[in-house]
Amino acid sequence: MAVLELQNISRNFGAILAVNDVSFKLEAGEVVGLMGDNGAGKSTLVKMIAGNFRPSHGTMLMEDREIVLHSPLDARQHGVEIVHQDLALCNNLTAAANVFLGRELRRSIGPFKILDYAAMYKRAGQIFAELKSETRPRDLVRQMSGGQRQAVAISRTRLTNPKIVLMDEPTAAISLRQVAEVLNLIRRLRDQGISVILISHRMPDVFDVADRVIVLRRGNKVADKSIAQTSPEEVTGLITGAIGKA
Amino acid sequence: MTSPIDKAIDQKQQSWITGVLNGQTFWVFVAVLVACLFLSYATDSFATAKNLYNITRNITFVAIIALGMTMVIITGGIDLSVGSVLCLCSMVLGVTMHAGYSIEVGILASILSALAVGAFHGLMIAYVGLPPFVVTLASLSIARSLAMVASGNTVVFQFGPDHDKLLALGGGAWLFGIANPVLYMIVLALIAGFILRWTRFGRYLYAIGGNEHAATLTGVPVKPIKVAVYMISSLTAGIAGIVQTGWLGAITTNIGTGLELQVIAAAVIGGAALVGGAGTAIGALIGAALIEVIRNSLGLLGINAFWQGAFIGSAILLAVLFDRLRNLSQNK
Repeated sequence: MAVLELQNISRNFGAILAVNDVSFKLEAGEVVGLMGDNGAGKSTLVKMIAGNFRPSHGTMLMEDREIVLHSPLDARQHGVEIVHQDLALCNNLTAAANVFLGRELRRSIGPFKILDYAAMYKRAGQIFAELKSETRPRDLVRQMSGGQRQAVAISRTRLTNPKIVLMDEPTAAISLRQVAEVLNLIRRLRDQGISVILISHRMPDVFDVADRVIVLRRGNKVADKSIAQTSPEEVTGLITGAIGKA
Repeated sequence: MTSPIDKAIDQKQQSWITGVLNGQTFWVFVAVLVACLFLSYATDSFATAKNLYNITRNITFVAIIALGMTMVIITGGIDLSVGSVLCLCSMVLGVTMHAGYSIEVGILASILSALAVGAFHGLMIAYVGLPPFVVTLASLSIARSLAMVASGNTVVFQFGPDHDKLLALGGGAWLFGIANPVLYMIVLALIAGFILRWTRFGRYLYAIGGNEHAATLTGVPVKPIKVAVYMISSLTAGIAGIVQTGWLGAITTNIGTGLELQVIAAAVIGGAALVGGAGTAIGALIGAALIEVIRNSLGLLGINAFWQGAFIGSAILLAVLFDRLRNLSQNK
């Protein structure tokens, strides 16, 4: 049973066809690299799964049941979490505050509900430990390395028990050493049975961590192959159009 | 050789101490203390009960509004209208009571006016998308003009049947001889401090100031919160207006002129960052205290009152420079 199945999904913006008749399945604990040139439709596709856009045509199924996502909140309730490209972090807040932003834990004191700092520090610390990140809950995000910031953004997805985590260019703006850290975080998610869709421009990352690669070109799916059965050269060819379809 | 745990503890203690030493609020507090000590020695008149009573009471009006201003500044906004809103609310109170209504009705009308002005700011800024600077600058002009219209630009000094109650409210000292305005300031500061530190609303103010886009993406109700924060700012101006009316016993349409600068200065000196994301309630009080001590000392030291603006302006510059230097050293 596939965690997520897209059947003939299309999305147009006016006359522009951003995504054209794309179908694929995502299994539990699978990491899929989603690749393609700028404007190939990657972001549009992911935003439909995250509830930001609705498909113009086609159906989406989760665990064999058809779903319609009206908003990001809707998607979250269905177990889809997204890590945004710019991470959506507040530099002036602590790591724990960022993890819980918009979903703060509170406790009651008389008629008031106050922030439960202790519980949030504790839970954030547990999540960082699970992800084997050296991030400390009380540190300000301003003082953190790119890899630690990424860990904070990814930790948000661990507050609920998501089925799918969408990651938009998580390694685009960080140093090489930190890239390894992020790829490890993705493996941790996979080990816990979570499916990951990884949008990336970086070929080595996808070949390092993904089980499968899907290539989009001009809104069409031109390849959907196991990593073992393809090569960086072939994928490059598919992205640029030197190879038509595989 | 030190074990890792010792190192960790070392680091933690260091960061605690450097945290305090890096805190702008702490150094401004030290500056206030030093100034007070110096003035006690240099002049005979500073450390007298009467002067201290005066100073603490003078601090309050700026401090009360600085609490609301700090919240606005934390979100990355600004409210230039507070001086005029104070005037408008005083006038609404004065005119209502002068017409024979009770003090309760007067205060209610005054508070409702403040909330209406604040809601207008918030809607224009959050939903229409106008810059806070422009919206509140317009209100700076509009609110004072409305106060003039309401009063016919006269001095109001008779407040109807509840005249004495109003004067007691602002001029009395109901607890241990502490001036009432000081009591109000302390209570409001505690409330503001609680909101900023312990509530989700407070947390969201910092989040909006830190990264508004991120706050929106993570599900923070950014727009309603912005409306609320401008309402709070106007509310503090309204409260200060009510208390000041009771204290002065008379209102002209001039009161609160130029007050916005002192209030913004107090907030910024107290550690509120104009780019947003930082500021505390206690900082607002300490900032207001420093400004008042500067003002007071200039008088006592026999320096021409015309220099006041120069000194307060320099204090603002110093506070912002201090903040900039600290950020530079952090980014290294």
